[in-house]
Amino acid sequence: MDWITTVDHKKIAILYLWAGGLFFGIGGIEALLIRWQLIKPMNDFVDAQTFNELITMHGTTMIFLGVMPIIFALMNAVIPLQIGARDVAFPFLNALGFWTFLFGGLLLNLSWVMGGAPDAGWTSYTPLSTSAYSGTHGVDFYTIGLQIAGLGTLIGGINFLATVITMRAPGMSYMRMPMFAWTTFITSAIILFAFPAITVGLVLLTFDRILGANFFEPGAGGSPVLWQHIFWIFGHPEVYILILPAFGIISEVIPTFARKRLFGYSSMVFATILIAFLGFMVWAHHMFTTGLGPVANALFAVSTMLIAVPTGIKIFNWLFTLWGGSVRFTTPNLFASGFIPTFTMGGVTGVMLASAPADFQFHDTYFVVAHFHYVIVGGLVMGLFAGLHYWWPKMFGRMLNETLGKWTFWTFIIGFHLTFFVQHFLGLMGMQRRVFTYLPNQHFDTLNLVSTIGAGLMGVGTLIFLTNIIVTSRKPPDAADDPWEDGRTLEWSIPSPPPEYNFKQTPLVRGLDALWKEKMAGNKGMTPAEPVGSIHMPSATPLPFIMSVGIFIAGFGFMFSRDDFGGGFVSFLFNNYIVTGLGLLITFGSMLLRSLVDDHGWHIEPEELEGR
Amino acid sequence: MMRTWLSARRLLPLIAVFGTVLAGCGREDLSVLRPQGPPAESSLGLMKLAISIMIVVLLIVFSIAAYVLIRFRRKPGQDEIPEQIEGSFKLEVLWTVIPLILVIVLAVPTVRTVFALGENHSGDKNAIKVKVTGHQYWWEFEYPDFGIKTAQDLVIPAGRNIAFELTTNDVLHSFWVPSLSGKIDTNPTGATNRFSFSAPKEGVYRGKCAELCGPSHGFMEFKVKAVSNDEFKQWIEAQKAPAVLPEDPALAQTFKDQCLKCHAVGDQGLAVGPNLTGIGSRESVAGILLNDDTRQDGAPVEENLKTWLHDTQGVKPGNRMPDPSKDMGLTDDEIDRIAEYLASYKLN
Ligand code: HEM
Ligand SMILES: [Cu+2]
Repeated sequence: MDWITTVDHKKIAILYLWAGGLFFGIGGIEALLIRWQLIKPMNDFVDAQTFNELITMHGTTMIFLGVMPIIFALMNAVIPLQIGARDVAFPFLNALGFWTFLFGGLLLNLSWVMGGAPDAGWTSYTPLSTSAYSGTHGVDFYTIGLQIAGLGTLIGGINFLATVITMRAPGMSYMRMPMFAWTTFITSAIILFAFPAITVGLVLLTFDRILGANFFEPGAGGSPVLWQHIFWIFGHPEVYILILPAFGIISEVIPTFARKRLFGYSSMVFATILIAFLGFMVWAHHMFTTGLGPVANALFAVSTMLIAVPTGIKIFNWLFTLWGGSVRFTTPNLFASGFIPTFTMGGVTGVMLASAPADFQFHDTYFVVAHFHYVIVGGLVMGLFAGLHYWWPKMFGRMLNETLGKWTFWTFIIGFHLTFFVQHFLGLMGMQRRVFTYLPNQHFDTLNLVSTIGAGLMGVGTLIFLTNIIVTSRKPPDAADDPWEDGRTLEWSIPSPPPEYNFKQTPLVRGLDALWKEKMAGNKGMTPAEPVGSIHMPSATPLPFIMSVGIFIAGFGFMFSRDDFGGGFVSFLFNNYIVTGLGLLITFGSMLLRSLVDDHGWHIEPEELEGR
Repeated sequence: MMRTWLSARRLLPLIAVFGTVLAGCGREDLSVLRPQGPPAESSLGLMKLAISIMIVVLLIVFSIAAYVLIRFRRKPGQDEIPEQIEGSFKLEVLWTVIPLILVIVLAVPTVRTVFALGENHSGDKNAIKVKVTGHQYWWEFEYPDFGIKTAQDLVIPAGRNIAFELTTNDVLHSFWVPSLSGKIDTNPTGATNRFSFSAPKEGVYRGKCAELCGPSHGFMEFKVKAVSNDEFKQWIEAQKAPAVLPEDPALAQTFKDQCLKCHAVGDQGLAVGPNLTGIGSRESVAGILLNDDTRQDGAPVEENLKTWLHDTQGVKPGNRMPDPSKDMGLTDDEIDRIAEYLASYKLN
């Protein structure tokens, strides 16, 4: 119950982590099934339709429901602490964002048991995704599930923007903000501009499918290429929504374990902003083979290549942070140092893909599958592993086991390279992506086998990580405030896990790496910026949960509003939009309640603070 | 020890890259790395340039990483605080400018090739015009200048430029012959795509659909058959010849009533399904049952036709052809005889 009504950013972080972990597991199992099917030519482990559902759900789940929530988990856990705040700007909205994400994700995954999962790829290109060619409700689950989940992401993004802008501790200017706070800030800005685009696309596609509109119907004057533009205007920035937080994590982990401040901090900030900006200008590099013509192709090719420049700046800055440092190889730092070369490999294939005439050969092949997994798994997932091991003691008060952590790292990274390195060659040798099987004698067999074995090894790595979590959670909480001993930022100046008000007294920030600065000046902790006083806290409330349930019900109602239930009461409920109305009533009713009932929250008084 | 191994392991992939690229891996009729025509060659040229630049970049990053990770690891008892360096303007400018130069080195030939490959050959009098139409899950090739249509096998004269016009009849597909040229999507009419390639050497090249188009997307293959100019002319004439129907009049009638509702042979029937003229001399049945009398890479054409007609959904899940026995009411014997007839329907 406590978990359903909480508005505390630290608890919401944990909710995001469990929910993201759950979906990540589902997506991982889907990946293993895909790889099992491709282990040999003409395999019939799953049929063609199921395979297409698997790849669609794997991609969609991983991107929207697996890694994004884990990113949000870390942001929620860390950002208020890093900037010296007591919570995010809008705690109620924070809870609402989580619950809409969760219910959107549940809706999407219910498709497996409700008559067919989406099957048009995570990109859902029209006309394949229109009702003429995708007859089950699968794509409806996709459009409506993602609209609901996307609402949560957008709410979260706006919340972090507001938090970073307004709630930094005294003295923390933008140029004294930790890198992870910076990347969160920029990521949130990308979310603010990119998510509305996909939402519009999903709404239009829903209209096409459920209300018979013709936005993407070629026969009726609609354009399938329009969908591709809308999708990628969102889809390309989405890639940066994923990778920038990983950049942020690496920029925190490396300085801590090298005992050195981040090399070239201001160029890192500048590079992040530049990457985000360019990220919006290059969407059509996903469409080189669509036939946009040489002028468009040339422009988008060159602008894409430019992204290599700020990315290169980042990589060399990390390397030179390590240079001359005193480097300790804890699990987080293993992942961070594994990240640099691995991500670089994904980056260089990105530049290769940007060369449009070469992309005519790479596009839609396993070369691309290899490329984006190098970026997403080799970059982002490694970054998340680094971040999770790094901040685990702060989130849960317990250190993860180092030995198991090292095993996780080695099995995961070796499995990863085995799985995806060979896929570059599969693509170049003529294997298209999204194929449910392939004919023998094409020289594809051995490499596919290797790839599947690697995937198994990554699975083992993930299981070791889970074991580590279970083993750790059985130990008593014992983590020190600054368990890595070389913490540089504010979160390490308070207990692990932090009390619900985070900072008894808001700290005064006197420079970049605020805590490190105090430590070097010989101080025990941060200097407070205010006397001990009464702390205002927001009240717990079930309303965000109830509002999300309402949207969830409305989604179902709308989705089945055209179905033939063979008459009777169920038809009456669905076909007259009664279920939809009911769901919306719950949501808007809760909103009304929230507006009418004044809740001023509560206070923690100084006596209580001192009493602990 | 562990660290040394770490850096060695990071170099392995690189060695593998060079090794395999030099060995030129994959089938000659399929691999991007073994180009058989000018557009595929220019794509590969760019790839080689890009990969050389990128390998240099990787080598630099990997060696710095290896050096740093080995050289600066904290030794037991080492407790001093390293100097907190702010950054270095010179170094940072250096690694902004160098990537910029590398990008320019790659961007210039990229742009040049984009425009070269984007040239429109549809007005070229010497080019053979072919209209490609994608269908779930087969390919239709129409030669407007000769008034003929065929399916699955694209027959072209070696050395001549082929000017393509591509569309789709249903969902998006993408037309790809890796060893001859990069891919291009087939969009619905109104967004017709054009491109061209040529195959200097006679031979058969494997083509694929590269855009997810439904369950049998992976099976939407086709062949490009480059033949001599004379052979091409003969093929055109044979293709135009009046239809050959089964000798047995009863079977001929069944074939006409049931099969020619969708398919065409010679001057008869409808071509909403794949044109069957001369199917006995094609490279494959349904694009994926490879015809090979030696049985190394497939089966004899007659056997393939039987396999297809007895179980169309099993061969290509989700395809749109009605089932001969269930939907058209043909007996097994009729199916086998139709298969025999089709197998013997050769063009030479
Ligand atoms: C155990 C790890 C993973 C394995 C073995 C794996 C494997 C695969 C395979 C075999 C495909 C299908 C390729 C195709 O034919 O199109 C695929 C697609 C995809 N994967 Fe993964 N994957 C893994 C993890 C991830 C993660 C963590 C993400 C993202 C966060 C991800 C994102 C995607 C996406 C977006 C697609 C494209 C789906 C589509 O074509 O619609 N994968 N993956
Ligand atoms: Cu296809």
